[in-house]
Amino acid sequence: MCIQEIPVEEKIYAENDRIAHDNRHFLKDRGILGVNVMGAPGAGKTSSLLQIIKGLAEQNVYVIEGDIESDIDTQTLLAQGIEAVQINTGGACHLDAPALQLAFPRLSLQQPGFLFIENVGNLVCPAEFEIGEHLKMLICSAAEGSDKPYKYPLAFEKAQVILLNKRDLKPYVGFDDSFFYKGVRALNPDAPIFEVNAKTGEGFLEVVQWFKERLGK
Amino acid sequence: MHEYPATLQIIKIATEHGRLHQAKRITKITLVVGEKSGFLSDSIEMYFKIIAEGTPVEGAALEILSVKPLLNCPNCSELFARKPYSFACPKCGQDGNPTEIGKEFYVKNIEIETA
Repeated sequence: MCIQEIPVEEKIYAENDRIAHDNRHFLKDRGILGVNVMGAPGAGKTSSLLQIIKGLAEQNVYVIEGDIESDIDTQTLLAQGIEAVQINTGGACHLDAPALQLAFPRLSLQQPGFLFIENVGNLVCPAEFEIGEHLKMLICSAAEGSDKPYKYPLAFEKAQVILLNKRDLKPYVGFDDSFFYKGVRALNPDAPIFEVNAKTGEGFLEVVQWFKERLGK
Repeated sequence: MHEYPATLQIIKIATEHGRLHQAKRITKITLVVGEKSGFLSDSIEMYFKIIAEGTPVEGAALEILSVKPLLNCPNCSELFARKPYSFACPKCGQDGNPTEIGKEFYVKNIEIETA
């Protein structure tokens, strides 16, 4: 009998990351920028997407909606003439790379443009799994409180762009700007932070401009 | 909360490497799990006992090497653990930036018995 130690050094989610890599290339080959949209339930992810897509009127936009149940958000988008499909995770708290890959054939994805992938409403798990996006957009809202970067740091750390929605509610909920910005900047020195109001559309011109500048990069 | 599928994957990886090396038996699996990986060692241990039954890793010891997360101070380069509600460097007070230390989640090695 012989006991032997075998080095493995293999990431446990290597399989997911490999599929995420394939997804990223699939989209890039078609000139499509994949955006993983993360945020807590009720942060205003779909409302913000509607404003952004309105601003990107001359661009091709595709949307994948991830929810545990229902197609409420997909129906909202379809009613606006936006090409969208729903993934129901049936309880799972985030999308993963295989789920995204399975959704690709359900969209046309023929023209260059943007694919927004609205992850399951959750400020934790979506940040932990690569799905094959080119960038992550975090949508948080003033109503959630200014301590969220300290409590849920990974989502803030991983985002390439951050929207602070419901900015009009700040005075009503005692939102502490300096505490919020200090926390975000410690985790993420570079991501632009746009303060918006998805209900009225305020603040979205700059967001849309930022996205237009990302296309083709 | 993702420990069940993660444990299945750990067993798959260990089994595959054991097979490649003509293992008669896998006697130990060593994991590296950062405390900020999003995965709980206790849950993995619990699932492992249940899922390993009837697989080539049944009876293998599971060793989990835990890694404490550290921030890096951009001012004085100190690596430090953060205090709740603060990112401040204990040496100079500047807010530290996140590092990859503490996010590890991989199978480091396996110990096998060969004929």
